[in-house]
Amino acid sequence: MSSALFRGHDGRLVAGIAIVGLFATMAVAPGLFTSLDPAGLNLEGRLMPPSPAHWLGTDATGNDVFTRIVYGARTTLGTVIAVLAIASLVGIAIGSASGYVGGWLDSLLMRTTDVFLAFPPLILALATNAVLGRGLRQTVIAVAVLWWPAYARLVRGQILAMRRQEFVESARVIGASRIRIIRHMLPNVIDPIIVRASIDAGFVALTAASLSFLGLGAQPPTPEWGRMVAEGQTFLLDQWWVAAFPGVALFILVVGFNLIGEALGDRLTQPWRGSGAAVAGLATENT
Amino acid sequence: MGSYIARRLLQMLPVLLGVSMLTFALTNLLPGDPARAAAGRHATPQQLEEVRERLGLDRPLPVQYAMYMGRLARGDLGTSLTSRQAVAGELRLFFPATLELLLATMVIAVCVGIPLGVLTATRRGRWPDRAFLGFSYVGVGMPVFFTALLLQIVFAGWLRVLPIAGRLGLETVPPPIYTGIYTVDALLAGQWATLLDALRHLVLPALTLAIAGAAEVGRITRRSMLQALDEDYVRTARAKGLPERTVWQRHALPNALLPTTTVIGLQVAFLLGGTVLIENLFSWGGLGTYAWTGIFRLDIPVIMGITLIATTVYLLVNLGVDLVYARLDPRIRYE
Repeated sequence: MSSALFRGHDGRLVAGIAIVGLFATMAVAPGLFTSLDPAGLNLEGRLMPPSPAHWLGTDATGNDVFTRIVYGARTTLGTVIAVLAIASLVGIAIGSASGYVGGWLDSLLMRTTDVFLAFPPLILALATNAVLGRGLRQTVIAVAVLWWPAYARLVRGQILAMRRQEFVESARVIGASRIRIIRHMLPNVIDPIIVRASIDAGFVALTAASLSFLGLGAQPPTPEWGRMVAEGQTFLLDQWWVAAFPGVALFILVVGFNLIGEALGDRLTQPWRGSGAAVAGLATENT
Repeated sequence: MGSYIARRLLQMLPVLLGVSMLTFALTNLLPGDPARAAAGRHATPQQLEEVRERLGLDRPLPVQYAMYMGRLARGDLGTSLTSRQAVAGELRLFFPATLELLLATMVIAVCVGIPLGVLTATRRGRWPDRAFLGFSYVGVGMPVFFTALLLQIVFAGWLRVLPIAGRLGLETVPPPIYTGIYTVDALLAGQWATLLDALRHLVLPALTLAIAGAAEVGRITRRSMLQALDEDYVRTARAKGLPERTVWQRHALPNALLPTTTVIGLQVAFLLGGTVLIENLFSWGGLGTYAWTGIFRLDIPVIMGITLIATTVYLLVNLGVDLVYARLDPRIRYE
């Protein structure tokens, strides 16, 4: 099933996986890339320009910018994974209930997604984050609040499209319970969710970094790229490296996500390209 | 058509009601005491009680909500807790600023994005196409706060050709307020120096947002143009000997513009509540700045007013997109 999504050659997919893989390695094993402490204090060596010893320079607390970028990969990737996991799990629960049960429950749940989708996104995230307080976990929830309605609608669309298929009809005929039937249907929802998540990942990273840039999200000394750019803003004209390199890291990661998202998205909508024929049957409406 | 629009407008009411409830719940969950925010830091407990009573903050939440909705039904958006000004009046001041930024952004994004998309689709695989694809990855992937900083470094820091922030220079006299949009007001009043100054301040923030916008609009236009060029009706048009230009302009483009319209609508909607960062970075006193301070000063009526107006515009833009669809594609009819 899902493996069909990744079969066949596509330069974008390879490049995207290479980029995201590199950052994932940094997140899992930062020690491979640097032996320095990301959150120390070294006031004599502060704001040093890039040099062989600190090849992306040091920041206002004297920490090596490269080291902080390496450790920051964990914060950003962790945020993206957590947000997409929460959004898709909530989406699966609500979307399948809505699509399968139908009736008033469907109307109620879908009108609720309407409200969330119509809400100005950044204001919703800011307000939620402000309600929950500053911190990484709070930002994850605030961003997930923006994304679950899209997944609920996606899953609902898939479930609706499947309702008249033979395997569902047969399950119903032999008297399987609702929960059991939905469990049979869910595996078919996985591919569209993976594709949707890969398309969203870059934007999730940008949104979370924006909140951190504004001072919410991960608090110092935890390294976080958006926050690092904000901290470097003060020295922008003279010590440009403090703000510039974390921004570049975020940019490269987002491009990596977008390459993967685009390649997988094409496979779902244009199955004749690549070998996505196996998932073509699922590319039905996803309103 | 008229009845369709009326029905769509009616359908907006439940959504707006939901948004107002969600906002009200959220703002009341904000940590802190709105009465204290309103009374000031040095208020005595007695003053605090007075303020609480005067603003109705001592009543149960559902009652407070009902009171707010009752005033809203009469067209009253309430009074800001911190500035003590009418929210409607403050919105009239801040909304045009965001609108100005939004319009400038969308004009650039559409005027650059659509021609780029068409140009590259008709030269598929050749160098303009490759160059644009590269640009689109950069445009979509760049964090806006990062683009903003880069543009500020280059144009305001190094080249010193554009102002780094603000809507007008310190020595420039603001134009008389007709619309609240400085460029339009200066134009109407015939104040050319003010117009030029306002435009110079508009360039960097609008460009920051438009880079991402143009990349997205161009990408979708290119993609749907390529799809349209594969269609049977394009082959028919070519077979009957129409010049390639006519095929592109009369046959492929109108069909390709449908998805582009959706993306433009989405962008407008996103920018409306999403300019918080840009307004922050460029000291642009618009809805975003207003929302930001409102949230952190626990100014409930302000946050309510902003979300309600932003949501209303979002829903109207959606309706507009659907109506544009019907104009672009005669097969779509609304009853």
